Amino acid sequence: MNISAMSNNEPLLEIDRLKVEFDTRRGLVQGLRGVSLSIGRGETLGVVGESGSGKSVTAQAVMGLIDMPGRIASGDIRWKGRSLLGAEGERYARDIRGKEVAMVFQDPMTSLNPVLRIGTQIGEVLERHLGMTRKQARTRSEELLAAVGISAPGRRLDQHPHEFSGGMRQRVMIAMAIACEPQLLIADEPTTALDVTIQAQILELLAELQQSLGLSIVLITHDLGVVAGLCHRVAVMYAGQIIETGLAEDVFERPAHPYTQGLLRSTPRLDEVSDRLISIDGTPPNLVTPPDGCSFQQRCPLSGEACKKAPQLAHIRPDAEAACWQPSTPAWATPLMSPSISH
Amino acid sequence: MGGFLLRRIAQGLLVVIGVTVIVFIATRMVGDPVKVMLPLSATDEQRAAFAQQIGLDRPIGTQFVDFVGDMARLDFGESLWQRRPALDVVLERLPNTLKLIGAGLGMAILLSLPLGAIAALRPGGWVDRTTVFVGLFGLSLPQFWFGLLMIVFFAVTLGWLPTSGMGGARYYILPAITLALPSLARLVMLVRSSMIDELNQQYVRTARAKGLHFKRVVMVHAMRNTLVPFVTLAGWELISALAGYTVVVETVFAWPGLGLTAMQAIQKSDLFLLQAIVFTVAVLIVVINVGLDVIYKFIDPRIRLA
Repeated sequence: MNISAMSNNEPLLEIDRLKVEFDTRRGLVQGLRGVSLSIGRGETLGVVGESGSGKSVTAQAVMGLIDMPGRIASGDIRWKGRSLLGAEGERYARDIRGKEVAMVFQDPMTSLNPVLRIGTQIGEVLERHLGMTRKQARTRSEELLAAVGISAPGRRLDQHPHEFSGGMRQRVMIAMAIACEPQLLIADEPTTALDVTIQAQILELLAELQQSLGLSIVLITHDLGVVAGLCHRVAVMYAGQIIETGLAEDVFERPAHPYTQGLLRSTPRLDEVSDRLISIDGTPPNLVTPPDGCSFQQRCPLSGEACKKAPQLAHIRPDAEAACWQPSTPAWATPLMSPSISH
Repeated sequence: MGGFLLRRIAQGLLVVIGVTVIVFIATRMVGDPVKVMLPLSATDEQRAAFAQQIGLDRPIGTQFVDFVGDMARLDFGESLWQRRPALDVVLERLPNTLKLIGAGLGMAILLSLPLGAIAALRPGGWVDRTTVFVGLFGLSLPQFWFGLLMIVFFAVTLGWLPTSGMGGARYYILPAITLALPSLARLVMLVRSSMIDELNQQYVRTARAKGLHFKRVVMVHAMRNTLVPFVTLAGWELISALAGYTVVVETVFAWPGLGLTAMQAIQKSDLFLLQAIVFTVAVLIVVINVGLDVIYKFIDPRIRLA
């Protein structure tokens, strides 16, 4: 059930039927319920979905950040064909994390250590992975700060995070992430905590870096406009599963899954007058006791008897898949609206 | 930084002056040295002569003016009990107290960081539970009683260590442990809870995602942030030890330090010696506080010195 990689060479990252559980007081929460993804070289994948759909958990699983009470229950994560799970996998993972695959987090205000100099925080990655001396790391850190558009980088290296604005901190985070010239960058809502004008700048920076470094990017967001502007492919997540995937423009033009349709329909637009915001009725299912069958059935206008059995991701076009018994059937009467391109 | 130090030193002087006034009043309330120093059989004439000799017959205002003037010249008068300059007595005993504090508090500080950090790595694990249990135990025991218990067990019953007094390294063990225990307990609990907080911060996740070694994540990233509250409490422990705990511990172990001397000065109504002791401790506390502020700035650059 893998999404086929765009490029012909082997995929960089493969996530294979990954299940993640959280043992909470309310019961066993099934955070991810069999997620499969693959990302090829130079590709940009957008992962969208509402809060709690499992977007961030997927990223955390790749970066080894699933902590107690969470655990990876089954499935596999492979980097260039080698598993990152298990004792041996974890040893391998420690060497590639921060080097070949790096992550940028949502909140730049809390993601940097407040009491360490910026230079230290960038330099330690270089010292750890590339075996640089402190001096070499400093020279390289200066170049990196310049590369992400921070002026007077030499002076900035000796400053602490509180002397940077939110947008500048996110640039520092990006500089840190690209320090070892990774092949894959996972950006978990990198612009959500920023002002709108800064958001565009950060996205532009990511697009530039992708060009210049040949980066693959996994962009996790709930902002469909961001995906439309930056991503080749998109995966839509709902209740711990991927329910639709395909080329970004296709998914926005003709969404197959009713949830994707609803998501696009509820995206507010600036160029149209409307009295109220549209939403999808209902709430996502409780992941302690997920429903049998399709997880969207309670909210879906199309749901019927067939939906009591869980649909699997299946090809609806050569490069698109959806997990629905009636894919590509309009679920709402209102005409669809594709999100505006953000820049 | 320079301006800050000058301001703090000026503030410190004010504190010392305030303390001086309080000491002047308090020492005169502790007891009448004339009654304590002279035998019961002394005649009224002898008492008056003694009062005149030590200057207690003068009006209280004159005494105060002279007192402040003497203090400015670091002249604390003569100890009534030891019959030599009070400051000499203080300077002779102070190093013993500092050595005891160094051993005790040094032990507490050096042990609390690793113990608290290890406990914090697995909250609820057996190391954590043991640490919390022993910590509560250490906090609940009265210090003097714990000291006596140690003397009975290690010195009297087992005969491994000397019961009291000061000498080689062996003499330090029991009093230092007694002094360290409650401080160690408080510091461990603080390091533990602070480390648990810090390890859950987003910046720790960033550090882990960078593939840094676990040791660096804990000991550099989280520990550096834990040091901010740690220094506050360690400073407080140092001040409390200097201004109180050593009195208890030195009395229990007959340790010839400033705390024991203060105790004896009170018993003997040696108000000149007492004034010298309190003045010295006050100055030390002011110096420690300035030092702490400088350390803060060094650890956490967000702190502004004002």
